[in-house]
Amino acid sequence: MEILMSILIGVLITAGTYLVMSRSLLRIILGTSVIGHGALLLLLTTAGLKEGAPPITNIEALTYADPLPQALILTAIVINFATTGFFLVLAYRAYKELGTDDMDKLRGIDDE
Amino acid sequence: MKVNDVILQTVTKIVVFIIFTFAFYLFFAGHHDTGGGFIGGLMAASALVLLYLSYDIDTISKAIPINYRTLIGVGVSVSTLTGIGSILLGYPFLSHTFEYVDFPFFGEIELATSVLFEFGVLFTVVGGTLTIILSISEDV
Amino acid sequence: MNNIIILLLLIPLLTGVLLIFLRNRISAQRWLSILSLLAVGVIAAIIIQRVLNEGTMTLDLGGWEPPYGIVLVADMFAMLLVFTTVIVGICCLLYGFRTIGEEREKFYFYTFVQFLLVGVMGSFLTGDLFNLFVFFEVMLLSSYVLIALGGKKVQLRESIKYVLVNIVSSMLFLIAIAYLYGMLGTLNFAHMAIRVSEAGQDGLLTTVAIFLMLVFAIKAALLMYFWLPGSYGAPPMAIAALFAALLTKVGIYSIFRLFSVVFPHQPEITHQLLAWLGILTMIIGAIGAVAHWSLRKILAYNVVVAVGFMIAGFAVFTTTAIAGSVFYLIHDMFVKALLFILGGIMIGLTGTDKLREMSGMIRNHASLGWMFFIAALALAGVPPLSGFIGKLLVLQGAIGEGFYIIAAVGLITSLMVLYSVVKIFINGFWGENQLTVEDEKMSTKGTLLPSAILTVIVIGMGLGAEFVNVYIMEAAEVINNPSLYIDAVMPNGE
Repeated sequence: MEILMSILIGVLITAGTYLVMSRSLLRIILGTSVIGHGALLLLLTTAGLKEGAPPITNIEALTYADPLPQALILTAIVINFATTGFFLVLAYRAYKELGTDDMDKLRGIDDE
Repeated sequence: MKVNDVILQTVTKIVVFIIFTFAFYLFFAGHHDTGGGFIGGLMAASALVLLYLSYDIDTISKAIPINYRTLIGVGVSVSTLTGIGSILLGYPFLSHTFEYVDFPFFGEIELATSVLFEFGVLFTVVGGTLTIILSISEDV
Repeated sequence: MNNIIILLLLIPLLTGVLLIFLRNRISAQRWLSILSLLAVGVIAAIIIQRVLNEGTMTLDLGGWEPPYGIVLVADMFAMLLVFTTVIVGICCLLYGFRTIGEEREKFYFYTFVQFLLVGVMGSFLTGDLFNLFVFFEVMLLSSYVLIALGGKKVQLRESIKYVLVNIVSSMLFLIAIAYLYGMLGTLNFAHMAIRVSEAGQDGLLTTVAIFLMLVFAIKAALLMYFWLPGSYGAPPMAIAALFAALLTKVGIYSIFRLFSVVFPHQPEITHQLLAWLGILTMIIGAIGAVAHWSLRKILAYNVVVAVGFMIAGFAVFTTTAIAGSVFYLIHDMFVKALLFILGGIMIGLTGTDKLREMSGMIRNHASLGWMFFIAALALAGVPPLSGFIGKLLVLQGAIGEGFYIIAAVGLITSLMVLYSVVKIFINGFWGENQLTVEDEKMSTKGTLLPSAILTVIVIGMGLGAEFVNVYIMEAAEVINNPSLYIDAVMPNGE
């Protein structure tokens, strides 16, 4: 299972990096969220994958999953959600204002 | 262009309540099971977004006159105030407690202060999501 | 239990929320935001005195003891930075009152300044790596909004790059956290330190440490400074001053904290690398500062030079050098805010940031000119101003440990920095006065107060070094002796 997950994480982060490198703003935003998913899966995987046990609910449980990575992932998802939302709004405003979503045309020029 | 979306509107009227109910369920389930303020808030926000989609913004803004930016403020302050409550009572910040209370008719129910905290989270999530979505869609 | 620590974060957070409801009442917003920061400043001062007398204070949030819960740690190092942050925040706000403009004020400028300060102070106070990530994001989200606030074309264009760089580095941060959690099973600094020293810092852990170093290097503009000059040039100077004084410092603080408490066991790899990164950053920043003729760019590159110097000083890793670095860090927060505010006034007066188009301003604005001169000298480390002592201690430490190259580069870049800021002074204030009072784009009324406060602090830190030194030494002691930190957080061991 860990091997499969590692491959999946690698694929996600590769695809995300590829998207971030592209010129269209929307693809860049998608790329950041794909990288984000890769990072979260990594967090889940490195914390130890277990089958068939829920997070600890009562003290007497003999087998349980570590609840901490799940809490961390939930927090990170919320943060990703907020940043991605903000980034989308920003990209939309920039597109309206500057008339382009091509990063090549968004280079700064010193004499303005 | 006038689009005739009577089916969407009719379905929405019913489905919105189902989604709200489910959001409500998820919110309260969060104390012990899957769910919680964030997910409940997202679910409630999705119901509201569905309303905005099937009707137009003006109609819904009249029906639900809420400033979502203010809602974020309300949510954050509710969450923080629950933390301050624990300071005033002399416990570390964000300490929470719970109590089993016997209600007539309902029986014994667990009341937890962390639900109040989650209420703040719910408001913040609804406010945040709708601020983002409306600020993109408002000026098209 | 020391609930007083959380007040440092709660007051600005609640004020920020309250300001959302007072959207259209600008004077109320101004008063409240200043009052909140004054209150935080007083509380910070009280905590500093208590820490000096009684040692490091900690607060277990929600009553969960470490390593299970999140812990806030108020040691001298963090508290000095918090106190500095508050003063810088007050000065930038005072400057912002006159310059930021009603449109931004109505669009929650003050709210986001408060949230930014929550993020910055939270990052200084937290004792947990994931919580550090969260406070970083609080700070970054506020900074995204502040940098784009107003929606000018250049702001939107630069903010996209700034946001992208920071989102990617946050993802790297998350990946590093994932690896660390997988290896150590904990994210509490003190607990991690115990586990690392028990198990030994092997190659794998050092690699992850370097990965984390990379993350903070992007955030602190250590060698990976490419995003900084552009994005610090876009927003109004009140916001740029806040960023220059605070944002990169959080990255530097994280490097100081991590590589003194958790990963101090292989200095021949990690600290050596930090030293070289610092040296390269100093050189590149100084070249950038010398080469440019735009006021904003010169100031932005000066931020980069200072980052390099502090990290190089830390990498020497002796008490003297660390004390020097801490002193320089605090000095730099004040002096960068001062320089950006003064630069902002100059840009505001002339309407341009090109040095070749301004001259002779000292005729009408003598106090502005002399304050800039003092700031320039302090930045370069001319005695008796505040920059001198920091530089002296770092150089002493570096030469004592045989890091001659740090000393040499530090001295040469100081000269280049001096050249770059004196260039601003000569071009802006000497020469023929081209600007009559009527032609000026804004009035300096009210903007000289924050500059004067900061100038007095900069001079006072230099002259009163004996007094400040007590606190700095205490802070350096905590960094140099991580067991103090660990014992404070986890008094009962694991």
